[in-house]
Amino acid sequence: MMVHVHVRIVPRSGLLDPQGQAIEHALSALGFSGIGDVRVGKAIELRLDAASPAAAAATARAMCDRLLANPVTEDFRIEVEPE
Amino acid sequence: MTCVAVIRFPGSNCEAETLAAVVRAGGDALLVDYRDTHLHHADAVILPGGFAYGDYLRSGAIARFAPVMQAVKALADAGGAVVGICNGFQVLCEARLLPGALQRNAQQRFVSRPVDVRIERNDTVCTADYDVGEVIRIPVAHGEGRYVADPATLTALEAEHRVLLRYVPVAGSDLPHNPNGSLHDIAGICNAAGTVVGFMPHPERLADRVLGSDAGQRFFSSLVRSARVEVAA
Repeated sequence: MMVHVHVRIVPRSGLLDPQGQAIEHALSALGFSGIGDVRVGKAIELRLDAASPAAAAATARAMCDRLLANPVTEDFRIEVEPE
Repeated sequence: MTCVAVIRFPGSNCEAETLAAVVRAGGDALLVDYRDTHLHHADAVILPGGFAYGDYLRSGAIARFAPVMQAVKALADAGGAVVGICNGFQVLCEARLLPGALQRNAQQRFVSRPVDVRIERNDTVCTADYDVGEVIRIPVAHGEGRYVADPATLTALEAEHRVLLRYVPVAGSDLPHNPNGSLHDIAGICNAAGTVVGFMPHPERLADRVLGSDAGQRFFSSLVRSARVEVAA
């Protein structure tokens, strides 16, 4: 079955995220209040032919472990959506 | 004669200066393509600066899987000299040949200027011709040079004296001495044996007196002198 895989990669909490900080300052300067913990990551989308959604999620985890995310600095979340 | 391979990835841009610095140091320099699966007759390898694979995904994340990296890893595992300069350091971290990672500079800007770095040890493959504690002024040029590692790794690096180069205050300068926000002011690290080395500054860019200083040249003279590899059979 074809599924859509959404991988969200965010900087590991506790690590300085200068992009997030800059955006937080910019939002405050625009008058938005009550903002906190802005973090900037990446979204990677792909289609995958897999036996099941669970198999697709396992493959996506392997992709993250090997290439898509750096375990030193990043956390990731995977969502699988049937096509 | 010691032969030093300099790898050219798609997007490398410091290989010419690096090759020239090796030759100036009396070594035999060999440009090796990233698609090669062996390092020919090289005794040592340098991964040069640049933007391998456009720094796509993360700096070094894709270069790590280039065919030549198997040979680089084999050389490292056999105790051979492997040196990563700037982007090369990023590749070595992504390849897990060195711990930690290099993140976007804290001030969110590309930084290109001279920095003062202190040589923290001289029993490595590329610092033997410096004195421990010697401070040299060489350039940095990077957008992602902020060294980070988890607290346990940082503690281990310090305990095992694996910090090779550290940013130190520049006399008479208002600029922050640490150009990127690196933890512990780390500019470069090495493995326990001092054979796998990575750092952000560019010694090859200041390695000829005609440029006003050759402060970086001894990285290459050290490498040429010390790279005597006993490759495991």
